[in-house]
Amino acid sequence: MSAQAAAIDAARINRPEPLTPPLGDGGFFQRDRAIHPPAYAPGYKSSVLRSPRQSLLSLEGSISEITGPVFGHNDLGPLDNDLIRNYAKDGDPIGERIVVHGRVLDETGRGVPNTLVEFWQANAGGRYRHKKDTYLAPIDPNFGGCGRALTDANGYYFFRTVKPGPYPWRNYVNSWRPAHIHFSVFGSGFAQRLITQMYFEGDPLIPVCPILATVPDPEALGRLIAPLDLNASAPFDSLTYRFDIVLRGRRSTYFDNRPEGN
Amino acid sequence: MVQQLTYLKETASQTAGPYVHIGLIPGMAGFDIFEKNFTNILTGPNTKGERITLEGRVLDGTGTPLRDVLLEIWQANAAGRYNHPADRSPGAIDGDFHGWGRAGSDFETGLITFETIKPGATVDKTGRKCAPHVNVWIVARGINIGLNTRIYFSDEDAANAADPVLNLIEQPVRRSTLIARRSERAGKVVYDFTINLQGPDETVFFDV
Repeated sequence: MSAQAAAIDAARINRPEPLTPPLGDGGFFQRDRAIHPPAYAPGYKSSVLRSPRQSLLSLEGSISEITGPVFGHNDLGPLDNDLIRNYAKDGDPIGERIVVHGRVLDETGRGVPNTLVEFWQANAGGRYRHKKDTYLAPIDPNFGGCGRALTDANGYYFFRTVKPGPYPWRNYVNSWRPAHIHFSVFGSGFAQRLITQMYFEGDPLIPVCPILATVPDPEALGRLIAPLDLNASAPFDSLTYRFDIVLRGRRSTYFDNRPEGN
Repeated sequence: MVQQLTYLKETASQTAGPYVHIGLIPGMAGFDIFEKNFTNILTGPNTKGERITLEGRVLDGTGTPLRDVLLEIWQANAAGRYNHPADRSPGAIDGDFHGWGRAGSDFETGLITFETIKPGATVDKTGRKCAPHVNVWIVARGINIGLNTRIYFSDEDAANAADPVLNLIEQPVRRSTLIARRSERAGKVVYDFTINLQGPDETVFFDV
């Protein structure tokens, strides 16, 4: 992590000190379902037929859940985190040039190192490069709209892109998604697997979005909104937004029916 | 006043949306961008174990296949060992088996396939033997938080009957929703699975 990013961290007054290191292979902290959207959220119409009606069966994390795939730099290409360049054909994509950066942490405040972060988004006009997207705004010939990065030893990641535009969708007659970037994060165990969306500070579509409204906890919703990070912006080049992602914390198994301890 | 616990809160989940392929399987979205892509083929030329195809669909509350769903699987190798440092069980790591893959459903039929190997039995942390199984994670438009389930195998009756997780399911009739049926087609071993998101035969989903 750069000295600049470290200073940003230090300045964030709500950032706790890391707790006791997770020592062993205990399961993850129980997921707090009160901060996540419920499966059935009828304001988001697609969820009505795609939500289980039975309760989830709680499983104490076993080896199947506390392990997960490990990725390395060999899985990635050199331009994978540069959406300005990774699909450029004859020039740069049109749009507001931005950098998105942040850390992947777990609930104990510790960085999650060497974990895969994937992201995808519409172009500056709100059009996705996807065969199923028929919105009339045009495709940008120099913009693919996806990328990926591995976090460094401190859990830090960054990528460069253009700011996505809002787009309409068939939910209510006049529903528009706020500008957003989709994120997929792995963590160190399959039970940490998370997909979410990042929104941009100040967007007036945020309070009227049925998908954002599925998040029941206002503070949890606020944590999906990335602030403008002017100090980290590159003058005469790109504005920067900061988006930290928190994955589940890991319990230690102080006592367990195993020959070895932690 | 008591001390405060300074834990952070997990980032809230959001749906993967209908265009999840752009980020996770760009070839399905209709374009080629990365040099190396993640796929639904978990096997390499030297992977040990019985080659199998997992083939199935995810159905909504009306029984209609989801045609924009994305599945990831995570499984042990043929020796019952996960390729992860936290697994210290005695089976050998297979250098040609990562244990993870992802697949999108066909845009017309909703069919999902994985080419993999049948996993060996694993051991949980209290030493109980777990029947061979594949861990499954499901995301799609309309799914607000990824759903976790498992695929077990129809030709493992004895192991399934003793499996500690299947036995946590209170109603025996619901256990069968996790068991894929074995058949042989054109010389290939295929296990068929159906994941019902909602309704009378709803698949068991886990809070892991």
